[in-house]
Amino acid sequence: MKWYIIKRLLQIIPVILGVTLIAFALIHLAPGDPVRTMLGQHATQQEIDEIRTKYGLDQPLYVQYFIWLSDVIRGDLGRSILTREHVTTEIAARFPNTIELSIAAMMFATIIGVVAGIISATKQYSIADYSMMGIALFGISMPVFWLGIMLMMIFGVFLGWLPIGGRIDLLIPFSRITGFMVVDSIITGNGAALISVLRHLILPAIALGTIPMAIIARTTRSSMLEVLRQDFIRTERAKGLSERKVIYKHAIRNALVPVVTVIGLNFGLLLSGAILTETVFSWPGVGRLVVDAVYARDYPLVIGCILVFALVFVIVNLITDILYTYIDPRIHYE
Amino acid sequence: MARKRETKTHELIRRFRYNKSAVFGLILILFLVFIAIFAPFVAPQDPTPSPPELEKSLKPGFWSNESIPGYPLGTDMMGRDVLSRIIHGSRISLTVGFIAVGIATAVGILIGVLAGYFGGWVDNVLMRITDILFAFPSLLLAIVIVAVIGQGLDKAMIAIGIVYSPQMARVMRGAVLYIKEMEYIEAQKAIGSSNTRIIFRHVLPNSLSPVIVYGTLMMAGAILDAAALGFLGLGAQPPSPEWGAMLSESRFYIVSGSWWAATFPGIAIVIAVLGLNLLGDGLRDILDPRLKE
Repeated sequence: MKWYIIKRLLQIIPVILGVTLIAFALIHLAPGDPVRTMLGQHATQQEIDEIRTKYGLDQPLYVQYFIWLSDVIRGDLGRSILTREHVTTEIAARFPNTIELSIAAMMFATIIGVVAGIISATKQYSIADYSMMGIALFGISMPVFWLGIMLMMIFGVFLGWLPIGGRIDLLIPFSRITGFMVVDSIITGNGAALISVLRHLILPAIALGTIPMAIIARTTRSSMLEVLRQDFIRTERAKGLSERKVIYKHAIRNALVPVVTVIGLNFGLLLSGAILTETVFSWPGVGRLVVDAVYARDYPLVIGCILVFALVFVIVNLITDILYTYIDPRIHYE
Repeated sequence: MARKRETKTHELIRRFRYNKSAVFGLILILFLVFIAIFAPFVAPQDPTPSPPELEKSLKPGFWSNESIPGYPLGTDMMGRDVLSRIIHGSRISLTVGFIAVGIATAVGILIGVLAGYFGGWVDNVLMRITDILFAFPSLLLAIVIVAVIGQGLDKAMIAIGIVYSPQMARVMRGAVLYIKEMEYIEAQKAIGSSNTRIIFRHVLPNSLSPVIVYGTLMMAGAILDAAALGFLGLGAQPPSPEWGAMLSESRFYIVSGSWWAATFPGIAIVIAVLGLNLLGDGLRDILDPRLKE
């Protein structure tokens, strides 16, 4: 077990190195000159050359890569070409927003998905089953951004129940500590801010969580159906255990094993979706940042964002793998 | 021999007909293909009239008294017919899906067969490369590629094709690994058939089912991703009637109550993706029961 974790950790290193290499190479192949973008149309050749030298853009590519890589390992991702802020500062300012949104979305997806899946399975072929699986099927076929716009339109514009964008009402005083706004408003005991933050969180979280919710519901249902057909469940029933106890004490625990993997694997989907959800709801997260950086051809910022996304993705996959071995002791790894 | 093949086809068609959701998916897709082919005849209006008829801007559709006859789903902010644009957009989405999956399949089969059939270091190197590509969320990878090769619909197609290649490679590798162990391949090797002959005559034809199944499901993903790129302004550019770009252009007008221009293109995307998902799931059940989870 310990060796398996170490082995998986070591396997990550070449993947992450590959990611940096690809990101770096791709962005440098891109057309468009960032120095010209930064200095504007009227810059003289001398000014351009100065900036090139300053940022090391006149060095051969592989030299630029190794200089950059050694900086990255020391936690320095360089400065954004456009805002001239440290890339780490830019990302750190937005990263908590993306994480908070993703966690809220995953909580929504997991709770609703698992409950819907269990109800569907225990009442197979009922109206509840058919309608829930129908909704789930629509859920996986829906574009995130369209769902976001629809939610915004219905609950934000027509009904006026919830705000249509942003993180908090700007009129509410708010003090930033960790950057996680839900956590911050709880720490500072700021009730008004907490309510505002949560109200802003609801629609984006539902929009982002719906596809994973649908997938989790379908997985829970099929896994639950399989478990309910197994011998040990029949034994429990034969023992005279109530149906309720059979389902809640025994079936669910076994049925949730594959669901954990699905939750982990869907994190990638969630990160892709975050880029779109953040655009729809003007959410100041890393997803929106990377799109803006691509528009502006801001190399260091694009690479920084990609690196963060890939790192989160790889780490979540690793945790999923490891968690899987804990939950299901039947799985052994050499 | 010929008779046996025929009965097998019949058997597949029979199984397909019993699969209601697959039939429904196929009907949806055929409907879209029909509309795409005959778009100029089916669409009531010109999707991009020039000069723009701004006096018709943001008029509601059949549900309202203010609708203009011949514009059943209303007009967008440029006074263009939403329905006609959706109909013409079906051409774009289906083409993107088809070409992107075509690219992914070509690249994926090549990599998958090389890795699966030859194994060893070839397999190791190729699979580590796919590992790296898998470390990117798919849309992010597409965005990065678009950032390099440039924006636009054609570029978006290539980007999505590249994004889906590693998935197809994995599928193909799995199929090849399975077939490679079959006795008839052993027999071919024993009688001295060349690798090329074995691959083209035996391995490829027998690994077609997963390619068809996953190709269909991937097409659903490819259409979604293309719409997402269009929505972000990195794929199809206005005034192209691409569904994602249409949504993106008209979403700002919902605040003033004009909901139709941003709503209907999304429904079109749902129909296309739902149809392909149903069809793909159905084909999986029919062609390869082993793949069923």
